[in-house]
Formats: sequence, C-alpha cells, structure tokens
Amino acid sequence: MSLRTPLGRVLGAGPAREGVKHWWVQRLTSIALLPLGIWFAVSLIALPLGDYAVLIEWAKQSFNPLLLLAFALVATWHSKLGVQVIIEDYVHTDGVKTLAVILNLFIHIAIAAAVLHAVLKIAL
Amino acid sequence: MAARPLSPHLSVYKFKYTLLTSILNRLTGLVLSVGLLLLVYWLTALSRGMKAYQDALAVLSGGVAKVVFVGVLVAFCYHLFAGVRHLVWDTGHGMERAQAYRSSWALAGATAILALVLGYFLFCPQGAR
Repeated sequence: MSLRTPLGRVLGAGPAREGVKHWWVQRLTSIALLPLGIWFAVSLIALPLGDYAVLIEWAKQSFNPLLLLAFALVATWHSKLGVQVIIEDYVHTDGVKTLAVILNLFIHIAIAAAVLHAVLKIAL
Repeated sequence: MAARPLSPHLSVYKFKYTLLTSILNRLTGLVLSVGLLLLVYWLTALSRGMKAYQDALAVLSGGVAKVVFVGVLVAFCYHLFAGVRHLVWDTGHGMERAQAYRSSWALAGATAILALVLGYFLFCPQGAR
C-alpha cells in the first residue's frame, strides 16, 4: 500500500519535486544520441581535420548543419542532466548543492548558445 | 538538515566487477562532458575563420590534447555501450546476476574493440584520410 496521495502521484511530486521527467528525458536523449553520436564519430574519422576549407564545405553541406546542431544540442542536454545527478548524489551540503546545480545549468546553457552561434555562423 | 546517512553508500558495498561498470558509466559521462567543451572550442574556432582555426589546431595537436582525446575516445566507446546496456535494463531484461556479469564482460570487450578501431582511423596518419 502506498502512503502517497493520488494527487501527489499524478503531479509526480516525489522528493525531487518533478517526478520522473528527469529520468525520462535522460533516456530519450540517450536514444537520440546513439545514431547522432555514431554519425559524428564516423564524420570525424572521414574528414581531414587539418583542412579548413574541406571542413567548412562539409559543415555547410545539405543536412550536416542540422545534424551537427542536433548532436551537439542533445549531447549538451544529456550532459546537463547527467552532471546534475552526479552533483545531487555526491554534494551533500544543501546550499552548495543548489549552487552547483544552478551553475551546472548556466554552464550548459552557455555551451548550447556557443554551439548554436558557431554552427549558424558557419552554415548561413 | 539532520546529519543522516545519504545514498549512494559507495563504501559499504563489497567490491564487484559489475559495481565498477556502473561507476565507470558515470565517470565516462563526466569525461564526455569535458569533451563537450572541446567540441565547442573546435566548432567556435571553425566558425571564426581560417586563421582562428589554424591557431586552435596548434593547441589541439599538442601532447596534452592528444592524451585528452584518447580519454574522450575511450569514454565515448564505453558510455555508448554501457548506455545501451542501461536501456536494455530499463525494459526489465538482463538483470539476473549471471546475465549482468556476462554483459559487463561484453561491455569491456566491445569498448576495447571500438576504441581500437576508432583510434586507428583517428590517429593513424595513412588511415582513411
């Protein structure tokens, strides 16, 4: 028998206050990263990384900017969730924990902004 | 807040190989988060023109960077397979002790093979370039 109220269960209000959303998004991003990560790894292998002109041409070509954005942004999202769990698990001081979680969020937003800026600048 | 024991209690478990695979999944995830910074550095340099890219390339081809690349490469391979293993577990399959042991060794083998293959193509000068 559960001691949780039906309303609390519907709202997903466990100790984390956000239910299973974090867990679920972590899984979804990991599934998306399987093909995207393999695509990126294969691309890196196939590309002459020292040749600026060829790289730029590749990054502008057909679906490549979209795939680059998808890979980098989903990876950033997945990373934000993962690092947050590590902080929540191993940082036990309340104030420090909150601060670290916020800092983690800000850093990952900065990473996403930099990725967007760079890829758009190359592709457009 | 009251001083009470908080999970995860890493130090109270008897060490098992399968325990190591779980911790390594977190560790490699953390390494890949650092790798994400490298990706941003590389993309930003690429977006800022030929000169900026050459400068970044000089930094990225240094000895320290090479060590970091190897770390990120191995972490990528491990986290990929360990992630798939977790996704399978999420469906409720493969959680028996014998199965978990078998998949943990498969994980080590698959990681080694993929890391060697990717590493060969990435670092071998006459590879697929």
